Amino acid sequence: MSDAQEFRRDFPLLHTKMNGQQIAYLDNGATTQKPEQVIRSLCTYYGGCNANPHRGAYALSVEATDIYENSRARVQKFINAKRPEEILFTKNATEALNLVAYSYGLTNVNAGDEIVITVAEHHSNLVPWQYVAKAKGATLKYIYLEDDANLSDEDIETKITEKTKVVAVTQVSNVLGLKNDVKKVVKKAHSVGAVCVVDGSQSVAHMKVDVQDLDADFFAFSGHKMLSPMGIGVLYGKYEILDKMPPFLMGGDMIEYVHEQDTTFAELPAKFEAGTQNVGGAAGLAAAIDYLESITFDRIEAIEKELVDYAIPQLKELPYIELYGCDSTRDNKTGIITFNVKDVHPHDVATILDSYGVAVRAGHHCAQPLMEYLGQNATCRASFYLYNTKEDVDRWIDALKKVRGVLGYGTV
Amino acid sequence: MALSDIYTEVIGEHSRDPENKRHLPHATCALRGHNPSCGDEITLELEIEDGKVKDASFTGVGCAISQASTDIMIDLIRGREVKEAKHLAQLFIGMIKGEVTDESELEELDEALALKGVAHMPARVKCAVLAWHTLDHALEDDGSQKK
Repeated sequence: MSDAQEFRRDFPLLHTKMNGQQIAYLDNGATTQKPEQVIRSLCTYYGGCNANPHRGAYALSVEATDIYENSRARVQKFINAKRPEEILFTKNATEALNLVAYSYGLTNVNAGDEIVITVAEHHSNLVPWQYVAKAKGATLKYIYLEDDANLSDEDIETKITEKTKVVAVTQVSNVLGLKNDVKKVVKKAHSVGAVCVVDGSQSVAHMKVDVQDLDADFFAFSGHKMLSPMGIGVLYGKYEILDKMPPFLMGGDMIEYVHEQDTTFAELPAKFEAGTQNVGGAAGLAAAIDYLESITFDRIEAIEKELVDYAIPQLKELPYIELYGCDSTRDNKTGIITFNVKDVHPHDVATILDSYGVAVRAGHHCAQPLMEYLGQNATCRASFYLYNTKEDVDRWIDALKKVRGVLGYGTV
Repeated sequence: MALSDIYTEVIGEHSRDPENKRHLPHATCALRGHNPSCGDEITLELEIEDGKVKDASFTGVGCAISQASTDIMIDLIRGREVKEAKHLAQLFIGMIKGEVTDESELEELDEALALKGVAHMPARVKCAVLAWHTLDHALEDDGSQKK
């Protein structure tokens, strides 16, 4: 795969060794590696432009402000938001989703109301809604799955009712790796007057996202899962909705006038960005977006699809491998493959693969209700990105074939 | 660290077929231990009588290391004074944390020495110590009723 080989050159970490072996990094659902272009953008910012934005009258602070605000405009264009004020920088998707839960949820959800989420949500789009439901005496309802692990159409139609105030859904499940029909969920939510909160953590790095086309009211994602530094994330919200919401965190930079007993707050987006922000991270995120768009999502999707189509038939040949979310009847599989090895705990599988230089995730993937629903205590997950190759897949599958033997089980 | 240093013969046997994985008919104490990040989960059952661990067993799910470690621990503490069992738990935890390295001191851990290699694997330490921490908690007030 010449494409991936060409990109690999940009990622210094992929040329290091893990346990004495060339690393096959297959944990991109957790975080991605960073290209030179992103690493350099951090050095450029901290080495030449670092100052506190929005404050000083001196040139350096003005430059830091420009970098920060240009990054916001870059993100706006990237996800096609209407205005830059609709882009709020956060620490990560978790903070973004908490912002929505605390500020929108606690204000607009009341006793007797309903919040509807899917059983495939990551804890970050689940636990905050549990909190809001409990705090306000509302009911938390779940959309479950069809036999092929896609969201139940019937549940979408019946669970979202006139009582529903918030619907929260992930665009791609971090365990099942299936693209959800978010537009359909948004439409249903709007038909009953609810807002729809979309978790884009596993989608924005892998496919073109257009928040206006989705008509999502909120859309959250982390930078670090899309080649950016850790510690920078984004919450998109429709201007009219954000404008009416109370601030989430209070302090510097988010105020207009502060008196001893009263404060008036700044306009969007400053109202939601209290304290000194991660300007270096924002610069890194803009550099990552440049990098991804220069490659194009068509190519990224094609690379991931080729790897999935290469891996799944081979895995299905192995009688001791169980797969989850790999039998979708729709053409919506992304580069995430969740599996178990018969008789072997996922944590042992991951340790054994690690000894062959193959990095996969093992555990509940911050989706315990989904694990419970699937009847699994834990699973392993391999997740691809643009720099992965068929050779990585070969090394993963070769190592998988050795797992049962290491623990003294037969090969079938 | 070679895989064979971690997944030793002893660990393989105890994890594939843990003899102590069952319920205890006359348990005086049952305590749950859990590693939330990886999903290892055990419930340790103890029958304490006259200051002794008369019998012990466990139920639950987990990786080979956590299951084998629990099974081996139960073999080791069955019939011992509560005081001795507590000492062994602390000694084992000390070994895995790399705080106790003197071989003569560790000798009394017997079969549990097979888990010594885990001390060099930070990602797996919590799997190895789960049962022993649970035991340590269960015996905090000399194994009085806890369910």
